[in-house]
Parts: sequence; structure tokens; C-alpha cells
Amino acid sequence: MSFVLPALWLSEGGRLISLTVPDLSIIVLYFAMVLGIGLYLRKFSSTSDDFFMAGRDMTAWVAGLSFLSANLGALELMGWAAAAYQYGILATHFYWIAAFPSMVFLGLVMMPFYYISKTHSVPGYLQLRYGESTRALSGISFAFMTVLMSGINMYAMALVMKVVLGWNIHFSIWVSSLTVAAYVTLGGLYSAIFNEVLQFFLIWLGALTIPILGLIEAGGWNGLVARIHERVQGDYTHLWGPLGSFSSNPMGVHWTGILFGLGGVIAFGYWTTDFLVVQRAMAAQDLRSAKMAPIIASYFKMIVPLIVILPGLLALAVLPFNLVPESAVGPGLHSYNEVLPLMLARYCGPGLLGLGVTALIAGFMSGMAGNVSAFATVWTYDIYRPYMNRRGTDKHYVRVGRWSTIVGVIASIGTAYLVTHFKSIMDYMQALVSFFIAPLFGTVILGMLWKRGTAKGGFWGLLTGTLASIGMYTAVVIHPAWLRYVALSTDAKPMAENLYRALWSWLICVFVTVGVSMFTTPKPAEELQGLVRAYTIIPSDGDLPLHKRPIFWGVGVAVLFAVLQIIFW
Amino acid sequence: MDESLKEIPVQHRHHRMLPVWFFIGVLLLIYGVIILLTSLRNFHQPATVVLANFHAGIWAGIVLILLGGLYTLKFWPRRRH
Repeated sequence: MSFVLPALWLSEGGRLISLTVPDLSIIVLYFAMVLGIGLYLRKFSSTSDDFFMAGRDMTAWVAGLSFLSANLGALELMGWAAAAYQYGILATHFYWIAAFPSMVFLGLVMMPFYYISKTHSVPGYLQLRYGESTRALSGISFAFMTVLMSGINMYAMALVMKVVLGWNIHFSIWVSSLTVAAYVTLGGLYSAIFNEVLQFFLIWLGALTIPILGLIEAGGWNGLVARIHERVQGDYTHLWGPLGSFSSNPMGVHWTGILFGLGGVIAFGYWTTDFLVVQRAMAAQDLRSAKMAPIIASYFKMIVPLIVILPGLLALAVLPFNLVPESAVGPGLHSYNEVLPLMLARYCGPGLLGLGVTALIAGFMSGMAGNVSAFATVWTYDIYRPYMNRRGTDKHYVRVGRWSTIVGVIASIGTAYLVTHFKSIMDYMQALVSFFIAPLFGTVILGMLWKRGTAKGGFWGLLTGTLASIGMYTAVVIHPAWLRYVALSTDAKPMAENLYRALWSWLICVFVTVGVSMFTTPKPAEELQGLVRAYTIIPSDGDLPLHKRPIFWGVGVAVLFAVLQIIFW
Repeated sequence: MDESLKEIPVQHRHHRMLPVWFFIGVLLLIYGVIILLTSLRNFHQPATVVLANFHAGIWAGIVLILLGGLYTLKFWPRRRH
């Protein structure tokens, strides 16, 4: 999950992989196809509903695959493969407990409010539910974060291409960003979603060779476990067993942090309120499809560890050398972050290698396009229209959307170059993302489920939660010993600090929202229809056959989750 | 509720749009052909990768051709109406 990715950047040494003509043909064809899709979809993107919401016409499958693909960037792929090499199977928590409960919750509980209110964005929902000030705070912080995230992804991709393929950094930044700018500007969210579904297939097909051949080489799962036990000390192959204390696992985290901080707050915050992903479900053709989209995505999210975590574990078992931390990289040494390209180079010959590299590029571009299209929507609907020009025509807002896409890409490129000079920005980035996500979830969920929540309560809760998160982070930077208060242990590591900080900031947001709301006046009931559970009639799925009901598939993924926890406990 | 947010009509005029599955099918089909031909050409001198004797490229090429071909045919524009 990109919200708590381990830092990922690669040393600028020699290349890992040499591409042949068939490999390059596959990469060039990929670029031609995504641009062709953008050109083709331009004629369908004439109204603002088309450009920003893909006509609200996507099927559950298209919306669901796009929902997942927007999250499945190559930073995600490479970062978590590296994390699996470092932390073992513990990294899988970020795909299982940090995904299925929150994605199913979004589909079954929250999506009806987003969809029935006909809002265009999450900040737009906050405006309807609480008022302008909460929307402004949420919209501006989201736009800022999105552009920064997009730029950092872009820089990371360029660096990966340099290390893996020897490509020039400027070439990678400009070619990828101009391609994304072209197809999103042309076809809007239609184009972004179509390409995300395409990229989903490429990512899977390009990366699947590694686990298949890796398991053959390692002698199946049992052989893999045996080899890992021979080569490294510590428990790298159990999910919950080593989480009894902070010091008994390589991640330095306690099970309460994983269960409540990660699964309970960060995951819910990311999957249910980050407009980058929620926008895809909101583009569904009807309420049932909107509810099904995140549930369909949750099934695929559950099996993503096959192409991300398993390669990291396989590398632990079969690579004839040890990978090292980024800071220790020297001549002849490779860092954790190079694990996925190393495994690609280990198993893939000409042609397959091109497909694998295309999978990485597709991952980067889907993440970037997701950020840029979400930015364009929030900028146009939640910043430009309410505060700069309320009386524009529909065509005018489409034009603003196209221009804001270009501006978003340019700002991302600027961020990418900023990061090349100040690499420490990447250290802060994950923390910055967590500042906004956890409290935002508190604000949105109270807004949907508690009719007494007031405009002032929502605004002050969100602001206080965000400031509290920033305050805790700053306090630990200044006084590292205070980590014991934030993460409840001196043995905690940065990952654990992120999880507990999110939990506290969410709780603070909830307490302040409730406290302020009790002393201020709520909106009248008629203004809350379609926005709050108590005043909204949610269409029942009861008349649908069982296999078409979202709840049926939600229970199915819960069973799959339980079985996997037991197997890998 | 701010009525201006609800003004934009929801349109369902996109039934003539080529489905995304068609694009996916075409690309996978072409990729399958490239990977299969490349792997067949290198059959007797496979690349120096681990488990080269499994000829993963050939299997992957066949899978891509079958998957891509299926999607291309199923969602071919003229066959949709």
C-alpha cells in the first residue's frame, strides 16, 4: 500500500538489465497503445461528467480493476518486494488486513453515500455534509499531496529506469510524464481508467513469471521455507506468530499496531477517503456496481502478494548473494530495492524481459495517471469552481480540467526535479501522507454515520487531528526518545511509529469532532438527506439473486482472508 | 444541498465505445506473437537465465496469444452488434 511504503530509491550505479530488440518493441508498443487509447477516447470526453467521472458509466469490473490498478504503482511493486526481502511475510499484512476489511467496508457502508449524494469528489462530499471550510481544508491538502506524490513517483521511476536499464533520468521523466499528460488530457478519467485496466493485465502477466519459476527453483513452498531458514535467522515465514513483542520481529512492530493502527485506521483512511482510488468506484454505472467495485478489487488485492511478496521471499531463498540496505551499496553490491529487477533478470529471457519491464513502466504510469486525474477533478470542482469562477459553463470546466491536468503534470515534474536535489523529501513524504489520511477518515465516517456531527465539529476535528499528527512526528524528530510515547515502546521502528501515530491522530479527530459537535448546532435534517445514514434511504439489494449481492462477495473475501491467516499464522 | 453540484447530466451514450477488453486483447495478442517468435528463434541457444530449459518464453507466448486472441475475437467491434 503506497501510504506506508518503505523508502525506495536506487543507487545510480551500472545497469542491471540489457534489453534486446523484441524487448524494446514491446515497450514501444505499450506507449503507442496508451496514447492511441487516449486519442480514441477524446471524442467521448466532451462534458464534465465524461471528463471527470467517465460518464458514470463504468461496469463493476472495469471500475474495480481500475480501483486496484490506481494503487498498484511500480513503487508499490518494487517497494514491497524489497520489504518482503527485509521483513519476510510480515509485509503481507499490508495486502491483507490493510486491504480487505476497509475495501469491503467502503463498498457496503460508505459507497452508497458517495454515490447517492452525486458528489464528484471526497472533498465535495465534505462540502455537502459539513460545509465550505472542511472542503477547502481537505481539497487543498489533497491537491498538494497528490502533486507531490506524483512527482516523487516520477522521480523514483526515472531512477529505477536508470539503474535497471541505464536510461537517462531526464529522458525517463519527460517521456513518461508527457505520455501520461497526453492521454489523460485527451480522454480524461475515461482514458485513465481504460489504461489502468490495461496496465493491470500487463503488471500481472509481466510479473507472474517470477513466482512460477521461483517456486520451481526453490522446490515449492516447503522448499522455499527450508531455504530461508537455512540462510537467515528469525521468523520470516509467519504472519502473526512473531508479533508478540516489538523486538521479536524484523519490522519492530507489535500486533496491536498492525491490527488497530494499520488495519483499523490507516487502511480505512486510505481505501475509503483517498479520492485517488474512490474516484474509480464513483465512476461506476449504478449503485450496485459502485458497491461491487472495491469488493472485486479486494479479491485481487488479496492475491497481489503472489507477484510482490513472494518474489521478495524467493530472493531470500535463491539469490546467491545478499542484498544490502541502500546506505551500504557499493561496487558489486545490490540494494533491497533492486530485488524485483534482479529476479526478472534471473528468470526472463528476451521478450519476457520486455514484458516484465513494461509491467514496471505500466505500474508507474497507472499510479501517476491516477494522481493526475484525481488532482484535475479536485482542483476543478473543489478549488477552482467554488473559489475562482462559480458561473462557468460545462465546456469551460472541461477546459479547466484539461489545463489542470497539464499543470498537475508540470508541477509533478517540478517536484521530481526538486527531489533530485533534496532526496530527503522522500523520507518525509510517507509521513506527510499519513498526516492527512487518518484524521480524514474520522471526519468522513462520523459525517456518514452520526447525524449530530456539525460543520464546526467536522472542521475542527479534521484540523486538530492533522495538526496532532504533524506534532507527534515533529516531536519524535526533535526528541527521538519520545518514540516510546507515540509507539508505546523504545524498540519500535519507523514503520510502527507511522501506525500508532495514525491511530492517535484518528482518535483525536474523532474526540474533537464529537466534542465540538455537542456544543454547536447541527444542520437540519432536510439538508442531510442522502448524506447521513439516519436520513438516507439506501436501496436494498434484497431483490437480487444471492450471487449478485455485494454482501455475498464481501463475505466471500472475508472467508478467503480468514483461511489465509490460518495457513500462514 | 448545493444544487449546482447536481446540474451535470449523467449520460449513457457510450454504448458505441470500443470496450477496454478489445484493446487489451489486441496488445496481448501482439505481445504473445513477439515473445513466442523470439523464444522459438532462441530455442537451441536460450538466454543465460535460470531454468532456461523450461523455455518460459514459449509457454508465456502461447498463453498471451490464447488470452489476447480470445479477448480480441470476443470484443471485436463487428461481433458486438
